Amino acid sequence: MNSLPGSATSDPGTAGLGTVAEAGRPGRARPPRLALPRRVRRDPTVPPWIFLVPALAVYAVVVLYPSLAGVLYAFTDWSGVGAFSFVGLDNFRTLLDDDRALESVGNTLLLTLAVVVVQNGIGLLLALGVNAEIRSRSLLRAVFFAPAVVSPVMVAFLWKYVYNPDNGAGLNAVLGAVGLGGLRQDWLGDPSLALWSVAAMVVWQYAGYSMVIFLAGLQGVPAELHEAARIDGAGTWQRFRHVTWPLLAPALTVNLMLSTIGGLKLFDQVYAATNGGPGTASETLSTVLYKEAFVFGKFGYSTAVALVLALFVAAVSLVQLRCLRAREVTA
Amino acid sequence: MSTTASRRRGYGRYGLELVMAAAAVVFLFPVYALVTLAMKDPHRIAGSPLSPPLPPTFANFSNAWSSASLGPALVSSTVITVAALLLLITLGSTAAYCLARRARGLGHGLYILFLLGIVLPFQLGMIPLYKLVDSLGWLGTYHGMVLFYTGIQLPFTVFLYTGFIRALPPDYAQAALIDGCDHRQAFTRIVFPLLRPITGTVIILNAVLVWNDFFTPLLYLGGSGKETVPVGVFSFVGQYVSDYGLVFAGLVLAALPVLVVFLLLQRYVIKGFAGGLKG
Repeated sequence: MNSLPGSATSDPGTAGLGTVAEAGRPGRARPPRLALPRRVRRDPTVPPWIFLVPALAVYAVVVLYPSLAGVLYAFTDWSGVGAFSFVGLDNFRTLLDDDRALESVGNTLLLTLAVVVVQNGIGLLLALGVNAEIRSRSLLRAVFFAPAVVSPVMVAFLWKYVYNPDNGAGLNAVLGAVGLGGLRQDWLGDPSLALWSVAAMVVWQYAGYSMVIFLAGLQGVPAELHEAARIDGAGTWQRFRHVTWPLLAPALTVNLMLSTIGGLKLFDQVYAATNGGPGTASETLSTVLYKEAFVFGKFGYSTAVALVLALFVAAVSLVQLRCLRAREVTA
Repeated sequence: MSTTASRRRGYGRYGLELVMAAAAVVFLFPVYALVTLAMKDPHRIAGSPLSPPLPPTFANFSNAWSSASLGPALVSSTVITVAALLLLITLGSTAAYCLARRARGLGHGLYILFLLGIVLPFQLGMIPLYKLVDSLGWLGTYHGMVLFYTGIQLPFTVFLYTGFIRALPPDYAQAALIDGCDHRQAFTRIVFPLLRPITGTVIILNAVLVWNDFFTPLLYLGGSGKETVPVGVFSFVGQYVSDYGLVFAGLVLAALPVLVVFLLLQRYVIKGFAGGLKG
């Protein structure tokens, strides 16, 4: 792209002009390279470092320093005030004996898995639906996407009503009205259901988000490929399986990464809907670390839990990126 | 044969239209409950909560507006979101301009350092940062929140800008420099205007995130009188939890500004969300 062979010389003026003139003559060989030292001197057109300084300073203060301090505190018994001492791996040993924390690890993984699978499954179906030539496509796209721009806390409050245990309210009332009264549940109050109810709420909010990313992928699938496959006698399923699906890989990568990281870090919805309850049934890593810090004042232990969460997120993103990049193809 | 085939495809299209419409109806049920309950008084909610709100009452809305102090909350959210966006655009674009043209050595290392911030959960640094903001005396202030969002969202913003700038030919800025501009002029007059599409994406993605964020403003602004909309709604709901009509009227009012902006800028918002993340 950048074809300024002489841009490293001390006189950028002539170098630049020379290149423009050179480029105007097709077929002409590159002008002979000037005898430059192997390590090229500073290119005066590269922006100076000062451009980076303000951003780096803010990033260092808000993210880098606190995160490093967090890693450090994970190995201490800090209570938030006063002195603290290093306790080695004690916090992590405590974690392995802490039933609530262990359950929260399992819950976090289950919740994430459920959200990732269902949200992307529904998102893909919705994308295929609104990508077809139906009249309501742009309206439907807006409807399905709209919840994604609303605050998760507000969505959680809305769903608390949907999940109202009362027979005459919310989802239970609808089930009763359509003759499925037997399926009525105490959606958030039943320990075996609470986590899945939270997952369904998250899926409702973000399925449209997955949809628009898949939709962007679908719109990049060339129509000729479909036409060619149709002429070769491929049915709808075969065309999806062998034409659309491989070309959706980049969109799938983005979607899986986003929903996995989002699922692992999920806090607002759980906090507002169940606060980890009933009991510890919907406790996740992020609600546990919140309570350890701000309810029990165990800041050192809380940052140890945060470090575990950070490692999960980092590991999952690395693995996903590796595996998924491998199967990406281009049209 | 071809007419039957196309007719069959026509029927298929109507079938799909119906299936999708049915999906939308199921999907919209919570929204129907929200709007219906917001327009009913407590007696009718107790009697038949989900019947259409006829005739509707609007008393809940005026009550909710004042008891949730939504006016001040909207002002707080707007101030914080706008200030954070201005800083993110300024710092993000200049940093990315530098990093995009320094793709090797230290420049590359610093770029990776920024990307790390996308993956790090903010909870890791949550407590040290809280202590830091507290020691600066910035809890309960706008600038504390603005600093937080600028720092937290910079990695993603730098990532978006860098990807975009790398795909731009560097010739324009180089020509401006040759013509005697300094670096600052070349950036503000030549490069930055070229970044308009990605700046739009940066604005949309960050605005939605900052506006809707809940946990940090709860921690930093709780009890300060500068609560943002989600925090205001949270304490409002806690207070009136049994009065669904009032609570839902508050939720409708609080969600309305975002939804109106979304519907007006729908195409850009969806494009921003769909495309911005591919880098």
